[in-house]
This record gives sequence, C-alpha cells and structure tokens, in this order.
Amino acid sequence: MLRDITLGQYYPADSVIHKLDPRVKLFGTLIYIISLFCFRGIAALLLATAFLVGVIKGSKVPFRFMVKGLKAILILMLITAVFNLFLTPGEPLFSFWVLKVTWEGIKNAALMAIRLTYLILGTSIMTLTTTPNQLTDGLEKSLMPFSRIGVPVHAIAMMMSIALRFIPILIEETDKIMKAQMARGADFESGNLLKKVKSMIPLLVPLFVSAFRRADDLAMAMEARCYNGGQGRTKMKPLRYERRDRLAYVTVLVYLVLILLCRTFLRWPM
Amino acid sequence: MQMIENSSILLDKVNYVYSEETAYQIQALKDISLEIRAGQFIGIIGHTGSGKSTLIQHLNGLIRATSGAIYFHGQDIYDDDFDLRELRNRVGLVFQYPEHQLFETTIFDDVCFGPKNQGLTSEEAGLRAFEALRNVGFPEELYYQSPFDLSGGQKRRVAIAGVLAMKPEVLILDEPTAGLDPAGRDEILDLIARMHRERGITVILVSHSMEDVARYVQRIIVMNHGEVMFDDTPRNVFAHYKELEKIGLAAPQVTYLMHELKERGLSVNTEATTVEEARASLVEALTGVGAESRDFYTGE
Repeated sequence: MLRDITLGQYYPADSVIHKLDPRVKLFGTLIYIISLFCFRGIAALLLATAFLVGVIKGSKVPFRFMVKGLKAILILMLITAVFNLFLTPGEPLFSFWVLKVTWEGIKNAALMAIRLTYLILGTSIMTLTTTPNQLTDGLEKSLMPFSRIGVPVHAIAMMMSIALRFIPILIEETDKIMKAQMARGADFESGNLLKKVKSMIPLLVPLFVSAFRRADDLAMAMEARCYNGGQGRTKMKPLRYERRDRLAYVTVLVYLVLILLCRTFLRWPM
Repeated sequence: MQMIENSSILLDKVNYVYSEETAYQIQALKDISLEIRAGQFIGIIGHTGSGKSTLIQHLNGLIRATSGAIYFHGQDIYDDDFDLRELRNRVGLVFQYPEHQLFETTIFDDVCFGPKNQGLTSEEAGLRAFEALRNVGFPEELYYQSPFDLSGGQKRRVAIAGVLAMKPEVLILDEPTAGLDPAGRDEILDLIARMHRERGITVILVSHSMEDVARYVQRIIVMNHGEVMFDDTPRNVFAHYKELEKIGLAAPQVTYLMHELKERGLSVNTEATTVEEARASLVEALTGVGAESRDFYTGE
C-alpha cells in the first residue's frame, strides 16, 4: 500500500539523457523553467514544445510515467485556469451572472495551463532520469564555490543524500510495523479523529525507535570507516564534463537564445 | 466433506504481483495452491526473495492476492461480508524481528494490546497476558518494566507472547530465530513445539535453516521464485538434497554425512534427518544391534 508512493521516482533506462552529467540536467531544467516564463508568441510556444518532445523522446521514459506527476497538480491547474479565466480585466467576450469572460482571460488561462504542464513535465524528466545520489552529487559540485564563504556545502549534500536514502527505508518500515500491529488487531481506519490519532501511537513509537536505532547504526558505520567530513575526501566517480555534456549545454543555450529572439521579434499573437 | 472440515486454510491458484505496471514489477507468487490442515506443524523454507514472507501475509489477509482465492474454514476471505479482523484474531502472525513492534510503556501492557483489540475487558486481557507471558517462560519480576530495556531474545519472547495472548488457532512465525544465539534459538523453537503439542494449534514456521525445520515439523513446503517446489514430509524433501542445493538451500548436515558414509560402504540409513536419528542409525550399522536394544543396555 505505502510501496506505491514514489519520491524521486527514478526510471532506469539506457538513454542519452540518463548519461548526461547531473549538473547539465540541473542547469538545463533551470534554463527551461526560465524560458517557460518569459516566452511570448506562438513560434516560441512551438519551439518550447518541440524541445520538450525531443527531450522526452530522448529519455526513453514512457510518457505515462510523466503524466503521473501531472495528476498531482491537476486541481492546482484547474484553480489557476478558473481564476485567470474570470478575473483577467479586458474586453468582455460574454458575461454570465457576475462573471465575465474576456479574450485576455481565455488566453491567460490557456497559457498558464500550458506553462504549468510543461514545467511539471520538464522537472519530472530530470527526476526520472537522475538518481537521487547523482542529483545531490551534482548539487554539491555546483554549490562548491559557496563553501569559500563558509557554507557547509558538503555537510548539506551528505544530509540530503542520507535523508533521500532513508525515505524508502522508513516507508518500508512503516508498512511493516503497520502490518505487524494490524496482525495484532490494530485498526488504523475506522473511528473519529481522536481515535484515529490514538491508533497511531502503536505505529509511531516503534517507528521513532527504529529511526533512532538506524541513525545510530549509520553514524557508527560511518565513523568505523573514518568519515570526518568533506576535507580531503575524493569521489569514486568524480563528475567530469564530457563531449555530450558540452553539446547539451550548447543545445540548451541555443534554445534559450531562440526563445529570447522570438520574444523580441515574433511576439504575435501575445 | 471430510477435507473441508480438516483444512483450516485453503489456497487456490494464488498469484501476487508487486508494483504492478511499473518498471519494478515483480511476480512474488505464482499459482500457489496449498491446503493447510488443522493441527499440522508446517515448515516453509526458501532463500531470501523466494516469496515465503509474501505467502504468509496472504494467510491472514494482510496482502490481497492479485488473483486466486483463499478460503478459511471454507469461507472465501475476499468476500465482501467476510470479517478480516476476525480472521486476524484466529490466524496469529509473528513477523520477522517482532521485537521492533513493541511500543507500550510496560511489557504487560504491550502483551495486552492484542487481546484488548479483540474486544476483551481489561481483566480478561490481563489474564490472557499473564498466561501468555508465563507460557513463553518470561520472568515475572520484569512484567512491569519497559520493553525497551530488555535483551534481544527477551524482547522477542514478549513479542511472541503478544500474539499468543490472542489465542490464535493458527500460529505463523516468520524467521522467529533470526539473529538469536544458539541457546535463544533452541528456547524459542522448543516453546513453539510445546505450543503445538499442548494446545494443538496449527503452526507454520518460516525459516531458511533446514536444521531448525527438520527437528520439529511434519511437513515442509519449499519455495523457489514464488513457486512451491516441494511439499512433503521432511524425509522426502531432503531426499532431493541435490536439487535443494541448486536453489541455494542445503539439507541438514547429517543428510550429507549419511550419504557420504553410505558411499564409502557403511550401510546407514540416508533418510535420517536429525542428529538423534543419525546416531541411532550409525550405532546400528557399526554394532549390528538396533538402537533401541542398545539404549536398553546403557539404560538411557
């Protein structure tokens, strides 16, 4: 039951996008998000669509996995669309009771829906093709300059990767304890709010105990292997840019320039 | 219908698929059909990932089969009007490392948790807890201490008592001896065997240790890749010791010893599965006298 919850849902496949350096994917996603919120005109929209479709095709991740992420924000999208539709000032196209629909409203609503959809699809490509570990590695390396001004970049990255690593473990543990207590007749579903909260005690106490036990074990295991922070620590697989990474950077930058050119010269119809 | 009366749990072509329709899809159980008869002492063995833990969680309805049916005393447990909580009251399941599920402030309260969920009054639940703790041989002076201060073996006994206090008619234990020292292991296994003998409850013991299983059970179910590979008496299952080896399991050490001795020309009984049986057979082969008559002389 809890197994179905996926956080950082990596989809293993052998594709160009999977092989890219995580830093490329991080910056690429950032640039794509920026482009989504500054494009204007139908040409730019087509360009953004083409770029997205190209990356999705290249990632070899089945489309239905990305749609899963969309379902979660469907309500948010509907609300934004409704607000945009009715509350954008302008020439009323037709009015209905106190609500009036304007041409600008329709345009804004459609545009916002498209932007949100592309945003989710774009970011989910990053999480689907990059393991959480690669992601934190990329983040650590990208943020390294900040360590000069005293930001504990290594410690932050280590905490992030441990936290990410522990999510599935704790989900599994919760599932196990829940089943064990259900086998002893515990009931987690029925009853009023107070009863439900009370019924969580047999689940939460063992879960906390086990989280602390695991944290202790991990600290011990790290110390046993002489872990003492990031100083002088080398990586087994250091991140190095290769030809395909440079090519990817060039592609993304060309894409951004094209979007900006469209914004200046091909604004029609927005 | 003699068969229906005797069988407490019946599985009919049960399939289970984990994470269906994702990249991580795994078929954990394939067409499992089994009959668990009342009063039997059954061992389920298989290496890690063979589906044994998944299988036992079907038996009290914690996991719902992807396809197939399970009957408890002839009733389909997936029927809409079937009471799954009642099933869990009657089929007790002790998980692996059950000590991780302790949560109450005192040992006694923790053991009361199950009986109280069954709807018993505090007094009745308390009586059940006393009985269960006494049954597992837990020292009385510790009843009102925190369960978190106990040693691993004692915690496990408390956890088993927590399920025994519900008085199930079928008791399932998933690797009850994992992580215990040899003394603790024997104590737990002897305790389970006594429950079976004295209370006549059906016991299903999941293990990957052939030695553990061979000594106690009447029937062994060998699981491999989600399928039932063998389902027979220990004697007959261990006769396939070569095939067992291929799937990463080993027959009890005495089986190997007896086969080796036989190959070298000693006429011993290769079907011996426990040290005691092997000893008797060896004595017979070496002295030419049956073990029983020898015991008579030594007065054992």
